[in-house]
Amino acid sequence: MNTLRLPRIRPGALYVWRRNILVWRKLLIPAMLMNFGEPLLYLLGLGFGLGHFVGDMAGMPYLAFLASGIIASSAMTTASFEGMYSVFTRMVPQKTYEAILATPLDVDDIVAGEMLWCATKALFSGIAILVVAAVLGVAQGWQALWVVPVVFLVGLCFAGPAMIMSSLATTYDFFSYYFVLVVTPMFILCGVFYPVETLPEAVRGAVYLLPLTHAVHLTRGLVAGAELTQPVLHLAVLAGYALVSYVIAAMLVRRKLMV
Amino acid sequence: MQPAAIQQADTPIVTARKLTKQFGSYRAVDGIDFDIAPGKCFGFLGPNGAGKTTTLRMAMGLTPVSSGELTIFGLAVQRHAAEIRARTGIIPQADNLDPDFSVEENLAVYASFFGLGGPEIDARIDTLLDFVALGERRKAKPDALSGGMQRRLTIARALINEPELVVLDEPTTGLDPQARHVIWGRLTELKSRGKTLLLTTHYMEEAERLCDELVIMDHGRILAQGSPRDLIEQHVETDVIEVRGEGDTLRELARQSGCRLEQMGNSLYCYTQNPAPLIEQLKDRHALRFVHRPAGLEDVFLRLTGRELRD
Ligand SMILES: Nc1ncnc2c1ncn2[C@@H]1O[C@H](COP(=O)(O)OP(=O)(O)OP(=O)(O)O)[C@@H](O)[C@H]1O
Ligand SMILES: [Mg+2]
Repeated sequence: MNTLRLPRIRPGALYVWRRNILVWRKLLIPAMLMNFGEPLLYLLGLGFGLGHFVGDMAGMPYLAFLASGIIASSAMTTASFEGMYSVFTRMVPQKTYEAILATPLDVDDIVAGEMLWCATKALFSGIAILVVAAVLGVAQGWQALWVVPVVFLVGLCFAGPAMIMSSLATTYDFFSYYFVLVVTPMFILCGVFYPVETLPEAVRGAVYLLPLTHAVHLTRGLVAGAELTQPVLHLAVLAGYALVSYVIAAMLVRRKLMV
Repeated sequence: MQPAAIQQADTPIVTARKLTKQFGSYRAVDGIDFDIAPGKCFGFLGPNGAGKTTTLRMAMGLTPVSSGELTIFGLAVQRHAAEIRARTGIIPQADNLDPDFSVEENLAVYASFFGLGGPEIDARIDTLLDFVALGERRKAKPDALSGGMQRRLTIARALINEPELVVLDEPTTGLDPQARHVIWGRLTELKSRGKTLLLTTHYMEEAERLCDELVIMDHGRILAQGSPRDLIEQHVETDVIEVRGEGDTLRELARQSGCRLEQMGNSLYCYTQNPAPLIEQLKDRHALRFVHRPAGLEDVFLRLTGRELRD
């Protein structure tokens, strides 16, 4: 009944988003270290180490190939992490949402605000990697900056499913399954480390249903200058995942909190 | 103009009719009716599981109403929950302060959820922190506060939007007597400023001190309603003599006394309008210890809800 209606998007979402950014600001230094440290490790370790043997991939230096893929996958992991561990903490043990719901804000505002926040964190990590990539000389000109809004969209697209998981979880253990069964396979299969065209035909079809594949196509096109043949399709898939998962997450979080 | 204004003042702030909450096959609130007049303190008194929290949650639009009518400020809760909450302060049964923020930040961030901010709110935060005597702890994190301080901060937080109605779910449960008295003082002050209070409690003393009107609730139903004084007058005799001693002697006394009797362990409660004869008898029996007191809300409560243990 009450749960089966479309969520509204209102300014209240920004109040929830603002709360999170105020907390984040308090831990700015460690947060920044995480943002720069992890991708730097990947790029230097894998990009240089593996790149030494691989040489070029898909017509570009392996470091450029990897950096442009990691921007997308890092947005995925950042948004997923925030949408599960942090959201669950605020939803269950910390009862932050219970407190918020005693104000004029609604479940829709909380879910929209949290998704915006997850996407914002994804954005921070994306920018960090872009900076590292630029410093290492593998970003292709100013058009690479277009990746910034794309990374935000990628964040939204993974924030929704993560929040769905949070609304279904009873403990944190639940999230390990999602990482092992969903996030890690995408990380490995969706073209971050090698072009998806090298996968067997049967697998390739399935891989094109996964959002990270489309995210990687976009980031690689924008950052590394790879050919972008279907940007609209890629954007539409990401936006579709974000919208549908928002509607479902809002419904499930409402069912969980408004009992 | 005058009569209209008076009528306005008498219009109930909260009206519930046949209000019902069903959790699956379990009926937590079972068709209750009540009206809360402006500027009054209205209490829900009831044992664990009576349905008090569920009633408050329905009133604030935090859980769907299963059936019945519920209006606050003349607005139907089902459709105007956000508007109602904008004019209400809510103190939940368990504190849910934000552990990531200091005392003052807790208030500022909470204000932001109402769309409030700026110098006016900064000034209001100072006033509220003084009101709950937390001015000196403004930079502390909630985890560093005592239970009583956390509760006071929760109260201050609920006042950040200058609410007309303040809803308190067991405001003093788990606090020591000092902390409880401080909170009672603050609530009395709020009432004197014309705010309407809606509270739930297990404590008779709290209900007797604060509430102008009470309902006693059990198993989702309202068993009795009235001012604390009315309830005592209507439901129990004026005097109670509580006698402690051996079972046999007690039973013998019971047969003779003519009082209404209730036994709990080796205590016997004798309810009567005319205590003098029994007291005379008891004075001669040194094996029995007794206390004579006027009947109170607790006697009403126990009479209506029974003496057996809950949970
Ligand atoms: N979400 C729920 N699902 C199922 N049953 C519930 C739910 N919430 C409350 N109940 C049941 O409804 C009844 C009333 O609960 P409620 O919390 O309103 O009681 P209460 O009067 O506030 O009790 P207490 O004094 O312990 O706080 C209880 O039996 C409780 O177990
Ligand atoms: Mg309760």
